[in-house]
Amino acid sequence: MTIIPGPGLPFPEDNPDDSDTPNNAPSVIKAAPEPPDKLPRSGLSVRDLFNEMTLALTARPARTILTAMGTVLGVAALVATLGLAKTAGNQIVTRFDELAATKVTVEPNQSFRQAPGGATSAIPWDAGDRLERLNGVRAAGTKSDVDVSGQLARSVPVIDPLGQTEFQVPVIAVSPGLFQSARSTLYTGRFFDEGHDERADPVAILGPAAAERLNVSRVDNNPAIFIGDQSFAVIGILATTQREPALLNSIVIPNGLARERYSLEVPSEVLIDVEIGATEQIRIQSATALSPNQPEALRSTASAPPSRVRGDVQNDLNALFLVLGAVSLLVGTIGIANVTLVSVLERTGEIGLRRALGATRRHIAVQFLSESVALGAFAGLVGTSLGILCVVIVSANEQWTPVLDPWLPFAAPVLGAITGLLAGTYPAWKAASTEPIAALRGLR
Amino acid sequence: MNTVVDLDQVSRTFPGTPPVEALKPTNLTIHTGQYIAIVGPSGSGKSTMLHLLGLLDSPTSGTYYLDDIDTSTLSEKERAGVRSSRIGFVFQSFHLLQHRTTVENVMLAEVYRPGSSSGRETRAIEALEQVGLGHRLDVSPATLSGGERQRVAIARALVSKPSLLLADEPTGNLDTATGEQILALFDQLHQDGLTLAVITHDDEVSARAQRRVRIRDGIVKAEDDNDGGLRPSGSRVVR
Ligand SMILES: Nc1ncnc2c1ncn2[C@@H]1O[C@H](COP(=O)(O)OP(=O)(O)OP(=O)(O)O)[C@@H](O)[C@H]1O
Ligand SMILES: [Mg+2]
Repeated sequence: MTIIPGPGLPFPEDNPDDSDTPNNAPSVIKAAPEPPDKLPRSGLSVRDLFNEMTLALTARPARTILTAMGTVLGVAALVATLGLAKTAGNQIVTRFDELAATKVTVEPNQSFRQAPGGATSAIPWDAGDRLERLNGVRAAGTKSDVDVSGQLARSVPVIDPLGQTEFQVPVIAVSPGLFQSARSTLYTGRFFDEGHDERADPVAILGPAAAERLNVSRVDNNPAIFIGDQSFAVIGILATTQREPALLNSIVIPNGLARERYSLEVPSEVLIDVEIGATEQIRIQSATALSPNQPEALRSTASAPPSRVRGDVQNDLNALFLVLGAVSLLVGTIGIANVTLVSVLERTGEIGLRRALGATRRHIAVQFLSESVALGAFAGLVGTSLGILCVVIVSANEQWTPVLDPWLPFAAPVLGAITGLLAGTYPAWKAASTEPIAALRGLR
Repeated sequence: MNTVVDLDQVSRTFPGTPPVEALKPTNLTIHTGQYIAIVGPSGSGKSTMLHLLGLLDSPTSGTYYLDDIDTSTLSEKERAGVRSSRIGFVFQSFHLLQHRTTVENVMLAEVYRPGSSSGRETRAIEALEQVGLGHRLDVSPATLSGGERQRVAIARALVSKPSLLLADEPTGNLDTATGEQILALFDQLHQDGLTLAVITHDDEVSARAQRRVRIRDGIVKAEDDNDGGLRPSGSRVVR
């Protein structure tokens, strides 16, 4: 062994106890160093990385779980809010959609110029019967406003000078099928039928508001009402109607009667109740069915497609819920970042040891990053499960059908992993830039 | 005789105001199989020297040849590779991972060696048996005595069959009797042909070594030097 002081370095007390003698072995200038390809390179296999990550995360299970908690809650909140928004939105649309998605109306086309001498309207009196023969039509009926030339309605034959007994009440003529296509229900009595219509029987159905004004509350005593000097037998009182709310406030009479007494010339509108999904088909077919020679004289309308409606309702809800979830996720990210940073500081000695054992900076960075990504993914997975559970419980409670976007259960753990990646980047960089000497010095 | 370590005018200065010249330009050769003690008072530059020898730090000037490799030409990956395969470290404070068993702690030494996964556990067990801990394989280091912990750390350093074992105050945290066990283990390893460099400020420890090098204020000088001699500075000697 040889020790030599550097040139110019005084070593005053050196010589006496130093028995160094010049090395007499043949002295040659050192040849070129060994080619580097002979050198062992350090490396970290994916399997070892995974193993190290697992050992690190399971070393302190309680801390790992607590660290993940923020992200678990964030992801759970996000999944639950998205799921509930979707589920609730779906409830809103199923109720709303069902009515909208099964209604078709037909009216004369205002912009259609009649051929000279042609009929004024193409809607035939038997429109209801014709349409009910079409596949996909559940019920159909015509509806027309009747002009009673301002005559007032009353329920007593003699005018009482002391109280108001006469009212301006709208009169509507319908075909019997309209009650079905408008989904009206009776409070009492019965609807009129084809027989009443054909015979032009003087019968009437009152909407509940009209019945109240005319002071008619029962039909078993065969009440009569008068419009001007014409009398009508009231055979039924409506309770509700899902379509054509104008019925509620009106006196409803058969078409036949309206034609005879008030010279009603043509029906003004057809209301069709169709099967779900059949609106478009019926919209196209109805004009031809009613006016085979001049289908363009009629205009059929179906409500907006349900998917559009659904989208509109949900975007508002989702925006709000998403902000909530994102905020909780941000809190979760900060939580992971914070604890990971603390653990980097705690594990300084370990970082130094690993560097001494052959880890490069990159290995250290990848290890810490893999821990936080795995933690985030784990938190995302647990959070997703909790979120879905929450959606199911709330749905069960509200008797809703739980609805979830199919991508959500897959995207949420990925979101957790991204959270972990973001949270771990700075701590991993910090760990990688720890000098091994400083890390080993005085730390146990 | 082969050389493991050859320092050629190696110095280390820490930047600052004023800069700290922790190790002044030094020539030092350690032959294969030598057991050398590096002694000196606190702050004299012992750890600085050890970090340079262990490739944890790079010299400010001069060239360090390890196993005849010019370490100044190595990339970080290669330096790390040399650390993992040719150098074993033993620290005063053991640096064991508390949440792993003794075997897992020893196995950690090979995590950064590509292609070492097969037989890793067997080699770790052999290393533990070599240090007399074959009966405490699956326990946490927390349940071990200080001497046992240091022996686990030595097993971890031995598992990669290093060219050079570096120990910084290996008995610093141990009482005399336990420290004696560690020194006896070092004697055994020396007899088996391992090259050892042990840092200590304890004369009893350094007395066990074959060679003694004293550092004071960053200046290195030999004691008990009986098999070498001065050689012209600036040139390397090939044997
Ligand atoms: N990173 C650093 N930056 C600045 N000065 C440093 C640094 N590391 C060490 N030093 C200085 O270099 C000198 C030698 O330090 P070193 O740690 O090598 O001493 P030592 O002999 O190991 O001491 P001890 O016996 O107390 O461990 C000291 O003066 C120390 O303050
Ligand atoms: Mg020291």
